[in-house]
Amino acid sequence: MQGFYCSMIQEIGKYFIFIGHLFTNRESFKTYYKLVLEESISIGIGSLFLVALVSTFMGAVTTVQTAFNMVSPLIPDYVISQVVRETTVLELAPTIIAVIYAGKVGSSMAGGLGTMRITEQIDALEVMGINSISYLVLPKIIASMLMYPMLVIIAGVCALGGGYVVGLVTSIISPGDYVYGIRYSFNEFTITFALIKSVVFAFLVASISSYKGYYTQGGALEVGISSTQAVTNSVIAVLVSDYLLAQLLLGQ
Amino acid sequence: MIEVQHISKSFGDRTILKDVSGVFEKGKPNLIIGASGTGKSVLLKCIVGLVKPDDGHIFYDKRNFSEGDRDTKIEIRREIGMLFQGGALFDSKNVEQNVRFPLDILTPMSYEEKMDRVNFCLKRVGLENANKKMPSELSGGMKKRVGIARAIVNNPNYLFCDEPNSGLDPQTSILIDELIDDLSEEFKMTTIVVTHDMNSVMGIGERILFIYKGQKLWEGTKDTITHSGVKELDDFVFANKVMRSLRTK
Repeated sequence: MQGFYCSMIQEIGKYFIFIGHLFTNRESFKTYYKLVLEESISIGIGSLFLVALVSTFMGAVTTVQTAFNMVSPLIPDYVISQVVRETTVLELAPTIIAVIYAGKVGSSMAGGLGTMRITEQIDALEVMGINSISYLVLPKIIASMLMYPMLVIIAGVCALGGGYVVGLVTSIISPGDYVYGIRYSFNEFTITFALIKSVVFAFLVASISSYKGYYTQGGALEVGISSTQAVTNSVIAVLVSDYLLAQLLLGQ
Repeated sequence: MIEVQHISKSFGDRTILKDVSGVFEKGKPNLIIGASGTGKSVLLKCIVGLVKPDDGHIFYDKRNFSEGDRDTKIEIRREIGMLFQGGALFDSKNVEQNVRFPLDILTPMSYEEKMDRVNFCLKRVGLENANKKMPSELSGGMKKRVGIARAIVNNPNYLFCDEPNSGLDPQTSILIDELIDDLSEEFKMTTIVVTHDMNSVMGIGERILFIYKGQKLWEGTKDTITHSGVKELDDFVFANKVMRSLRTK
């Protein structure tokens, strides 16, 4: 057990050293600008369909299930969309989408860097005198921190839209009540909170996945293992930080 | 000229290199030879700084690389070109972008100047019409040649080749060897080639360092390698029938 804790502490230390290397011996701003744009397109546009699809169904299902639980005739219908709004903005859009984001973007980052490592492409960069961590990973992290909050906003809109459509189609809630519930007693800070969470989650998923990919050793099998570990570790980090941020920013 | 002094390296309990010293001269290929798993590639990685030696010093034209500060190391590394065993071409870039990459990152050259240099290097390695091809569309020999073009594009003072003809047919191997030999002389580079291919040894082995179980056992040239008197080297050199029949004659 002691060995487990020691290796965990070592791993965390190695991760922070890795993060430190992002900011040493950097290349020119122009180099990063181009790379960040490329990564943003890959991360943002590449994840748009999946995020929109998942969040639309998430909103639809939340609406149906909330309505199913509203058994008392004393509770007005607009409470359904109020619940959907709070659940979506506070948790579903930033956190559940982060889990999906880790599965799609995180595994792709780890797999890409792992393959570069085992085919000596990272060594080639190092031999040229380029800080490979900064060159390869920093643009991914910046692009992730720029794109993920936008994906979260889109996810929130799609989820609320999904709820609206399902209410309209199944007559669970009238469009008027749905829109009224969404606007009723709205606290703007929940949006700020969701965006703060999304920036933190984006950093965690991109940095942990890149770290796992960058230090891959071996062959194709190990690249697969790194991708799996990247997703698992990212999801754990997201969930732990989700709790910590909630306690920090919303706790009484 | 590159000089290594008393290099030792271990991974855990396994000692890979024991007190290896040697001098690699300018303008001709210097070969590091030995059987698989003897530490040749680790020695090369120590020399280029991909692996940190436990002990010893590495000098690039009298500049201490192993003890140098970060800026010195970066400065020296930017004078290095390296051909990796598998080519190590960037999968997402085509041939032209791969070769241009060091210029894009490390020089303030204009696009036209860079393209002139890229086209010159590709022509020099016999790949003038492959600019837009992706690495996945290239044969093993072509990948090696693109790797060489990328290694020399920035006019390096030092060229390192890790098993440049592994996985290639004998004819292509000879072409790659001759290319390395010609380029070393043409650009006056200090070239180090790690190989276990006897054709390379007999073809371009102007200066040879033989590694056995992590130790340097012998140093010489292709003219003296066949009568070195070192049993381990003889076992390596005369391992195939052709070499054995030559010895008998």
